[in-house]
Amino acid sequence: MSKIHVTTTVNGDSAEFLTDPQTTLLDALRDELGLTGSKEGCGSGDCGACSVMVDGRLVCSCLMLAAEAQGRRIETIEGMAHGGELHPLQQKFLEHAALQCGFCTPGLLVAAKALLESNPDPSEEETRYWLAGNLCRCTGYDKVIRAVLDAAAVLRQERRAA
Amino acid sequence: MAELQYLAPESVDEAVKALASAPGARVLAGGTDLIVQMRAGRAKPAAVIDVKRVPGAVGVWRQVDGAFVIGAATPAAEIGEHAALTATWPGVVEAANLIGSTQVQGRASLGGNLCNASPAADSVPALVAARAVCVVVGPAGKREVPVEAVQAGPGRTTLHPGEFVLEFRLPPRGQRASDAYLRLIPRTEMDIAVVGAGVNLTLAADGKISEAHVALGAVAPTTLLASSAGAAIVGGALDDAALARLDAAACAACNPISDKRGTSEYRTRIAGVLARRAAKIAYDRARGVS
Repeated sequence: MSKIHVTTTVNGDSAEFLTDPQTTLLDALRDELGLTGSKEGCGSGDCGACSVMVDGRLVCSCLMLAAEAQGRRIETIEGMAHGGELHPLQQKFLEHAALQCGFCTPGLLVAAKALLESNPDPSEEETRYWLAGNLCRCTGYDKVIRAVLDAAAVLRQERRAA
Repeated sequence: MAELQYLAPESVDEAVKALASAPGARVLAGGTDLIVQMRAGRAKPAAVIDVKRVPGAVGVWRQVDGAFVIGAATPAAEIGEHAALTATWPGVVEAANLIGSTQVQGRASLGGNLCNASPAADSVPALVAARAVCVVVGPAGKREVPVEAVQAGPGRTTLHPGEFVLEFRLPPRGQRASDAYLRLIPRTEMDIAVVGAGVNLTLAADGKISEAHVALGAVAPTTLLASSAGAAIVGGALDDAALARLDAAACAACNPISDKRGTSEYRTRIAGVLARRAAKIAYDRARGVS
């Protein structure tokens, strides 16, 4: 079977890889590009642990073929911190202890960042609905929601100061 | 999934040729059903034809006559971001936006929802009530098919080999018209409809209902256009008597199975309730009081 050559942009850098037709974007990110931050929880689009952005839209990378990424702009959890400086969402997840085992955390962070980019001041209800596709079996979600709302406040403050 | 071929044609002709050249090929739009089925081994296509690069397959357009055209592979999130479409067809948009999580919304499409042919597909009753038409392309050219004629049964469509749905067309509509979609699920998010109901109403200048279309999901092998339920409320205001007629006609149209999501009796009863509630929402929207 012939491999498909895919050229794409990942976290701002051009990237290319060879893939089988049935390989998912998640597997290509993890196995071809070594970006293991995105996780496979369910493999069926229910848990959100594999969340990435494709052309500015939040998707499950387990439900997208790697070949579909040709020419697309991919953003993953690895692109969230700048050098050693954490994104405010990451910082607030630490401060609020919004994680225990951490498996769902990359997906929650990517999804929460997408929320705050489209809605800088979400209500608690809007936040809970937006994150309904990110399952966490440890935290009970309350700490996650508090961390996201707190990070939103920080980001609004930064925007006003800028 | 050995021997799978992936093709991403960039024109309708190329896509039709690709579909025709590989018997057992499946059309890939958002993949939120197809890729799940492939990974579970339930679908073993010889090829997947990714139609998202075909012009017209992704996007929302308003034509000069006011008709909306929605590319069949347009992600539901993009549909929900279209302000004019949402203002004109709030029921269609709310149905599309009920499907799955935010992540699924980033990929799931109307074409996929229809052609996956689940009786519980959320967007289909809303599209049927809207009297939407599919533009189907295939080896014999282009044809228009009413949405309710596409599902043949669970997992089956009436499309011919080599055909796929390119776009949906929603008819032009004037003032005093609106629609609504409601579904019942036992939780608030991320679930499959026990029953779904779409209602599309047009009011005359005196406020009486001049046109009504009701479609029901998950109460039969395919989405039902409940013509008698629509007819039951035409000609007057949406008063208690009209709502009772609508309820009875919607229940009478149902032919559901009993399964883990609900018994046949429960589904039938709920279909009447949801039809009433969706009709009230559409009526208020059409009168501009919501």
